[in-house]
This record gives sequence, C-alpha cells and structure tokens, in this order.
Amino acid sequence: MNFLLPVLLVFPLVGALVMYPLRGTPDVAKKVAIGTALLQIVLAAVTWFAYSVPAAEAGTRFQLEFVLEWIPAFGTRFALGIDGIALVMIALTAFLVPGLMLFSWEERLPEGRTASGYFALLLATEATLMGVFTATDVFLFYVFFEAMLIPMYFLIGRFGGPRRQYAAVKFFLYSLFGGLIMLASLIGLYVASAQYLPAGGTFDWATLRTIVPLIPESTQIWLFLGFFIAFAIKAPLVPLHTWLPDAGAEAPIGAGVLLVGVLDKVGTFGFLRYCLPLFPLASQRLAPLVLVLSVIGILYGALLAVGQKDMSRFVAYTSIAHFGFIALGIFAFSTQAFAGSVLYMVNHGLSTGMLFVMVGLLAARGGSRMINDYGGVAKLAPVLAGCFLLAGLSSLALPGTNSFVSEFLVLVGSFPREPVFTVLATIGIIFAALYVLWVYQQTMQGPVRGKAVLDALGRSNRSGPDASTPHSARGGRPAPDQAGGPGAMIDPAIAARRAGSGFPDLSVREITVLVPLIIAILVLGFFPGPVLDVVNPSVAATMTEVGLTDPVGGLPR
Amino acid sequence: MINLAQVEQVTAPPIDWGAMAPLLVVLGAACAAVLVEAFLPRHQRWPVQVGLSVAALGIAGLALGLYAGGEPAGITTIGDALAVDRPTLFLWGTLLALGLGSVLLIADRSVEPGGAFVASAASRAAAGGSAAVAYDPTDPDRSYGSPDQVPTMQTEVFPFTLFALGGMMTFVAANDLLTMFIALEVLSLPLYLMCGLARRRRLLSQEAAVKYFLLGAFASAFFLYGLALIYGYAGSVRLTDIANASAGSARSDTLLFAGLALLVVGLMFKGSVGPFHTWTPDVYQGAPTPVTAFMGACTKVAAFGAILRVLQVAFGATRWEWRGVLWAVAIVSMVIGAVIGLTQTDIKRMVAYSSVAHAGFLLIGAMAVTPQGVSGTLFYLLAYGFTTLAVFGVISLVRNADGEATHLSQWAGLGKRSPLTAGIMTFLLLALAGIPLTSGFTAKFAIFAAGIADGMAPLVVIALVASAVAAFFYLRVIVLMYFSEPAADGPTVTVPGAFTTAAITLGVLLTLLLGIAPSLALDWASGGGFVG
Repeated sequence: MNFLLPVLLVFPLVGALVMYPLRGTPDVAKKVAIGTALLQIVLAAVTWFAYSVPAAEAGTRFQLEFVLEWIPAFGTRFALGIDGIALVMIALTAFLVPGLMLFSWEERLPEGRTASGYFALLLATEATLMGVFTATDVFLFYVFFEAMLIPMYFLIGRFGGPRRQYAAVKFFLYSLFGGLIMLASLIGLYVASAQYLPAGGTFDWATLRTIVPLIPESTQIWLFLGFFIAFAIKAPLVPLHTWLPDAGAEAPIGAGVLLVGVLDKVGTFGFLRYCLPLFPLASQRLAPLVLVLSVIGILYGALLAVGQKDMSRFVAYTSIAHFGFIALGIFAFSTQAFAGSVLYMVNHGLSTGMLFVMVGLLAARGGSRMINDYGGVAKLAPVLAGCFLLAGLSSLALPGTNSFVSEFLVLVGSFPREPVFTVLATIGIIFAALYVLWVYQQTMQGPVRGKAVLDALGRSNRSGPDASTPHSARGGRPAPDQAGGPGAMIDPAIAARRAGSGFPDLSVREITVLVPLIIAILVLGFFPGPVLDVVNPSVAATMTEVGLTDPVGGLPR
Repeated sequence: MINLAQVEQVTAPPIDWGAMAPLLVVLGAACAAVLVEAFLPRHQRWPVQVGLSVAALGIAGLALGLYAGGEPAGITTIGDALAVDRPTLFLWGTLLALGLGSVLLIADRSVEPGGAFVASAASRAAAGGSAAVAYDPTDPDRSYGSPDQVPTMQTEVFPFTLFALGGMMTFVAANDLLTMFIALEVLSLPLYLMCGLARRRRLLSQEAAVKYFLLGAFASAFFLYGLALIYGYAGSVRLTDIANASAGSARSDTLLFAGLALLVVGLMFKGSVGPFHTWTPDVYQGAPTPVTAFMGACTKVAAFGAILRVLQVAFGATRWEWRGVLWAVAIVSMVIGAVIGLTQTDIKRMVAYSSVAHAGFLLIGAMAVTPQGVSGTLFYLLAYGFTTLAVFGVISLVRNADGEATHLSQWAGLGKRSPLTAGIMTFLLLALAGIPLTSGFTAKFAIFAAGIADGMAPLVVIALVASAVAAFFYLRVIVLMYFSEPAADGPTVTVPGAFTTAAITLGVLLTLLLGIAPSLALDWASGGGFVG
C-alpha cells in the first residue's frame, strides 16, 4: 500500500477547497494556489523517482498501487496505480499548472468573478486529471472521466470569452454524451466479466485483462465502440471534433491550455490504456476505420487551421491535426509508433500550451484574437515575436524541437504496417509549415499595421505628448477607461503602464511563464531519452496485450 | 337463524404485530391527528400536529429498525393480505424517511409566512393574507390567528400526509390486488385534497387538484377493471395465485393480458410513466411546493414499489409476453420526459418532466425480473426520492413578492445573489443528470447494469441517450444561475427556517452519501427478495 498516489490526487483538491475561505483576499488566494501547484510538481517529481523502470521492464504493469474497498456490490474498488504512460501525463499536468497560474496572475476576469474561484477550478481540474491517469479500476476511471467535465465546464462558462456560455454547454453535452455511451459499454463489460468470473463481475483492469480472450469478437466490437466514441470525442477525432474550436477559443487561456494540452489527452490515453488492451480483437478489426479518421483529421484540421481568422481557433484546429498523428501512431500497432504517440501527447501539451500562451499574450496587448488585427509585432515586441516563432516551429515539428522526435517516431513506426496512411499523413507536415509560418508572417512581420496594434499604440500616443511614432511610443499613460476589449486577458492598461508603451514587450512575469516551456521544448527536442525510458516498458506491455509483434525494429532508444 | 357452528369457524387471521408496527403507528397517528383537528383550539393545532407527525414517523422508524435489525425472513400476515419482506422493509424505510422530510417542508412557516396551506381564499384573507379584509384580533373565533397575529396554516394537511403515507406503505406491501386497490385509494384521496390547498395562485392549485382527481379516478377505474379481469382468469386476487394460474393453465390468456394491461395503466399513472403522465406537469406546478415534494418523492416510491411487486411476483413467469409492451412504454416515457422537458420554462414543470424520464429509467429496473433488478430499482427510488425532496425544498426558497419564482428566467444570476443555494441546486441537478459522485449516478448504474444483464442492452443505450438529452435542461438551469446576469427585479432567496433547512440538508447529504459510499444501502436493498 503506497500513499503517494492518493496524496497526489487529494492535494490539489484540498488546495481548491482552501480557495473558498480565501475568496475575499485574492492576493493571498493566488499565492496559496500557486504554492499548491508548485508543491504538486514536487510530489510529481517524487512519484517520478519512486517509479522503477527496471521493475516495469520486469513485467510489473502498475506501480505504487493503492487499493481500498469501495462498492463491493458493483465489483469496484478505489484502486490507483501508474504505468509509464500515466506517469508522463501526470508529470506534464503538474508541470503546466503553475505556469498557467502565473500566466493568469493579472488576468482581467469577467465582472463579478474572483481569481480565487478561477484558481480553485484550475486546481480541481488538476485533481480530476490526476484521478483519471492514476485509476486502475475502470469504474473509478469513469467517475473521474465524468467529474473532470464539471470544473472545466465552469472554467469555460464563467471565465471565458464572449461566447462562453455556448461553448461551455457544447463542450459539456458533447463530452457527457460520449461518457454516457461509454457507460453503456462499461456496464456491458461488467456484465460480460460476470459471465466468466465465478466471483461475479469486476472492474479491476488487471482482472479484466485476464478474461479478455474469452469475450467473443462480436461483443468486443460493441464494447470497443462505446469506449471509442467517448475517447474520440475527447481526443477529438474528425468528425466528432466540432466542440473543440469553440471550447478552445472561448476558454480563458489558462483553462484552454489545460483543456487542449492535457484534458483532451485523456482520449488518446484511453485508447492506449482501455481500448487496445481490453478489446484487442476489436481494435485490430476496426483499426482501418480509426486510421481513416486520423488521416482525415490530420489533413482536414490542417486545412481549416490555414483558413482561421481567430488565433485561438487556429490553435484548436492545429491540435485536431496533431491528435490525428497521435491516433495514427496508436492504431498502427508498433512499439515505435506507440512510444511516438505517448511522446507526442507530452510534446503537444508543451508546444500547443506555449502557442496558446503566446496567443494570450498577444491578445492581452491588442485586446483582440483576430489575426487581421495584428501586423509587424516583431518590430514592437521582438522577444514576444521570437517566442511566438519558437512555439510555432515546435508545433510544426521542426527538427531540434520536441515535436520532431515524436512525429518522426510515429511516422517511422507506422510506415511498415500502414504505408498508405503514413504517406498521406506526411502531407500534413507540409500543411503544418504553411499554417504556422503564415500566421507568424501575418501577425509578426512586415510594417506595423492592424487595428489592434494601432489602437494599442494610439492609446499611448493620445495621452503621451512625446510619443510621436509607433517605434518610440514609450512613456505614454493610457487612459484607464480604454482598457481592453472583448477577449482581453490582462488589462492592457496595467500592462502598458508597467512597460510604458501601448504595445510592450514581454514582462518579467511573462518570461518566467515561458522559460520552463522553452527549456522543455528544446531539451526534449535533443534529449528525449528520459521520457522514452519511462514510457518504453509500458508501451511494450501494451503491445503484448494487443497480441501483435513489431513488424520491424523494436523500441526506440 | 344463525348457524352457530359456522360462526365459530371464522377465526381471526394471525397478525404479526412486530412486522406491522410501523404501518399501524402511522395509520394510528393519522387517526389521532384527525381528533386533534377536531378538538383542539386553532392556535394549538400547529405545534401539536407537527409534534404528533414527527413523533409518529420517528416511532414508526424505530419500530421498523427494531424489526428489521433482527434480519427477519419475509412473511405474509393478516391472512396473506400484506407481505413484509425485504423490499417492503426497504421501501417502508424509504417512505418514512422521505415522509419525515416532506412533513418538515410542509410544517415550515418561515419561508411562506404562516405556511403554504389555506383551505379557501376567504380564510387566507381572514388570516391576514394579502386581501385587505378587516382583521379583528379580539374576535375569539378569528381564523387561524395565533396570539402573535402571525397567520397560521391549515393544519388538516398533517393528517392528510399521514393517511397518504399509510396508504403508500400498505400499497407497497399489499400481497393481493384488492388490498392494493384499497391502499391506492387511501393514498390518493388525501393527495387530491392536498393539491388544492396552496396559499398562492389558488386557481392553478385548484385546477391541479381537480385534474389530478379526475384523471386519478380514471386510473383507479382502470386498475379495478384490470383486477376484475384477472380475478376472472385466476379465480383469486392473490399475487402468488395469479402467478400459479398463469404458469400452468390452459385457459385463454386474453383475460390475463387484458387484465394486466389495465392494471399496469393504473399503476403507471401513479408512477407518472409516460404516456400516462399527463397530469404530472400540471399537478407538480399547481400544488403547493411541499406537497409537490411529497408527491414527487413518496408517490414515485410507492407506485414503483407496487409495480415491482406485481411484475415480479404475479407476472414474473409471463415476462416474455409483456416485456415488449413495457419496452415501448419505457422508451416513450424517456423520450417524452427528455424531449418535452427541453421546452419547459417553469422549473416545477421541468422537474415534472424530468420525473417522467426517470420513471422510464425505473421501468428498466422493474422489467428486469432478477434480484439485481429489484435491488437496483429499490436503490434508485431511495436516491431519486431524496434528491427530489431537496430540489423542491430549494425551489420553495426562491421567491419574489408573488410567492415562489418558478419561471426559469427568474433564476438568472442566482449564483451571484446566493452562492450557497445555487451551489446546492447545481449539485442536485447534477445528481438528477446522473453525474458520478452523486447518488443519481450510482442509482443509474445499478439499474442499467441489471438491464444489460437481463438482455436489455438496446433499451439501456436509448436510456443513456435520453439521459444526455435530459442533461441539457438541467444544464440550462445551471447556465442561468451561474453564467447569466441577475435581473434587476429578480427574486430573492429566503433564509429558510430550521424545518426546511433540515429537509434540504437531509436530501443533499443522502444524495452525496449514496453517491460516494452506497454500499450499505445497496447491501440492504439486495438483502432478500419478495415473498408471496
């Protein structure tokens, strides 16, 4: 019995609850929240070192297990445990949350909302994510899977952009619908297990694994479909993706990163942990369907990303393309592709997270999310432009950035088994370069132009007598009543006052948010070994559970 | 000329007093409450009635606990008219607890000054209500004036409640159809009257009472007709005799199934299963909210308790004949509840349609003629009853100058005005939607697991889709409460008195408890089957 995982689960929850008595003092609340999130990183690090790779290689499927009796009548237990895949997702979540809090430190919240509420919901989301990744009981997983919706629903609906209500309800209903379909399969699995186990039905993942070979393929296909639809909505795969652009665009940036960066990964995590090992025959039978959806997602998501006018929606569509790659790797059934997909899940969280943060920083200055409203920002804020470029390059998987390793692994691993789909997916890389560079060029390069930029500069010009040209627009004092517009994340008046310009470059706080992300992106680009070492044994175990052998080669080293 | 020898042969059936004690306490207290109403002066009635009702429910609960604590085997008593088995004990416990919560809501006089009940518009005026009628505190026979001049309420509602509760307890324990019919009438008649007692919006309230009475009378007639046909088939009204007759007989099944159909219509009506639900929204809306809470929680429990017993004991052997029809009924009920619920603008009507959808879910459990089906349905009734009770408790708090603000638009921005109330309501709505960590989820799981195990997977999938649709209208209330700006002249949330607070707390705690640690209740629900 190891208490590390329950602590990992409960600690952020306690942090979230503490926010309630602190709601009157947002400054204290924010500090407590970020303290909680930082300690959670420490806990995650402890978990990382407590996890034993040799033991995993020796065949231990789950480590640090913690089991309590829960509802014997349903055959379910409060069972926690992690494999390498869960571990890296936990680490990613813990890594992202404090940065998001720091990013949201001066966020201009909708009227009547408090920062303590916002941070409490972020911590609650983190807690449910910990639950989703650590659960080894399928029922418990489902509970966290559904519970995860609630804090995210309130994050989007209470703190989001102008169309937040619509986006929040759409997100909730889509996910709930998927969840309920999964519930049908879950119950079906339970009933099937009751047929083969003398002691009655169970939800224990490991026990279910032992009866998998007994379940006939036709039953497996139905059960698989229930789980698959839920995960495909969450991941999201085309054509079940339409909620993501709305939710991703309207969510406040902090929640958006968590939504796209981690919460959606629960879908792909679910493919690897539940769909493949529990329904191996069905997975293989239906893999062509999933591969078609993945490749359509890669190409369609990329094409739509090219055509977006709203930067947040743009990021959401690039994510849909990336999720296509992840799903391709998972359903190509090779250890290389599996490892690539898991690495991609981490890397996508980092690069898309950073891209989202950059969009947020830009919108905080200009008060708009529209690409057309910006131009020539590199001349005003070179550091910001540079970071934006780095995030974009990481997103398009330039060699040397983290995403390259994972995308390459996915493609290399998929090619031997699925050459056609792999070749088609490769075209997506070209689109990726197109959409990233296009957006960068439009917003950052060329002469200073665009409504948002000029307005921001104008604010300082009108009030500052010495600010005659945009380039020397320093020392101005913007009028407080002109602060921001719809979608402004940080009160532009505050941001401008500190930097003394209508369109200031990154502040120290903002750089602090970005530095860990940049370091992670570059380090994982050149040195993905530590992550792969942790992931590989679990990936190999998944491969065994599917019952296939690698077409060529073996694990990446 | 009386033949003495024949008279001596009639012996009184043996009565198991211990088993029947809870029922007798409730019915006895109901009779005592009538006497209180007749002999005590007006200003003393309210405290005495509340004390009597709460004490009766407490003592009945105690008696039930003492009897059930001995893990008794199921028995039938008073000449096999009543069956006291595990489902009966579970349902009695549920009914008593829900009844206690309802009595607390009914007794509350702080939310609506003077309580929610009056008999007529004139008495409302005399009691210092809204109408400007001369009020003379020296008049010795002034209406319902307590010494401190606070208008008091119509206390007849307490004996009504106790009688209805006694009827419900008999209904779920009835081992033959005739007892069941009498119990049905005992539980229905007080409910018809209680619906018409609202202090506010009297026309709506009286319309609800008349509608409920007329349709209820029809349903009773259906039930009675079905009973007669089944008697014609089986030659007995006892449930086990019907089961034996249907198992091995060469008689025409026409009588049996025609009788069953009529019987089921009568029962479905009480359980507000679509398409026999048409009274539900009007009555839920028109009745005083505490009475709606009582009906929504307890009537559902009683009706489904009886449906379970009839289907399992009397018609378990013929389930392949009737199950197809009930599939259709369940689907219709779920679809009506979920889809029409979407269009509602009044929160009480919305909860009414939600109850129709829930009735469809419950029917899945009732159709699964397995131990899991029984225990799942029992658990669902327990969970649903407490959530509904608390929901109506919260609804009764949100008020404006005209009484309760039940129009959905008036709930806008409640999260800002009263975060605690909005938070509780959100939790309860999530429970109704069946989100994990609430009792709604565990209950749905129990029922759907029983359904799939008994070969009703397509029905369960339809039920889950209906749940997703229904979630939309629960969500709409949450959206209104949290994401919309409050209206300038919006309603206020009354600070509830001790009684309403206790009832809501009871409901919320059980909703949470049954969601997180349902083992105890599940074990109890699955501790034994029907006897008969």
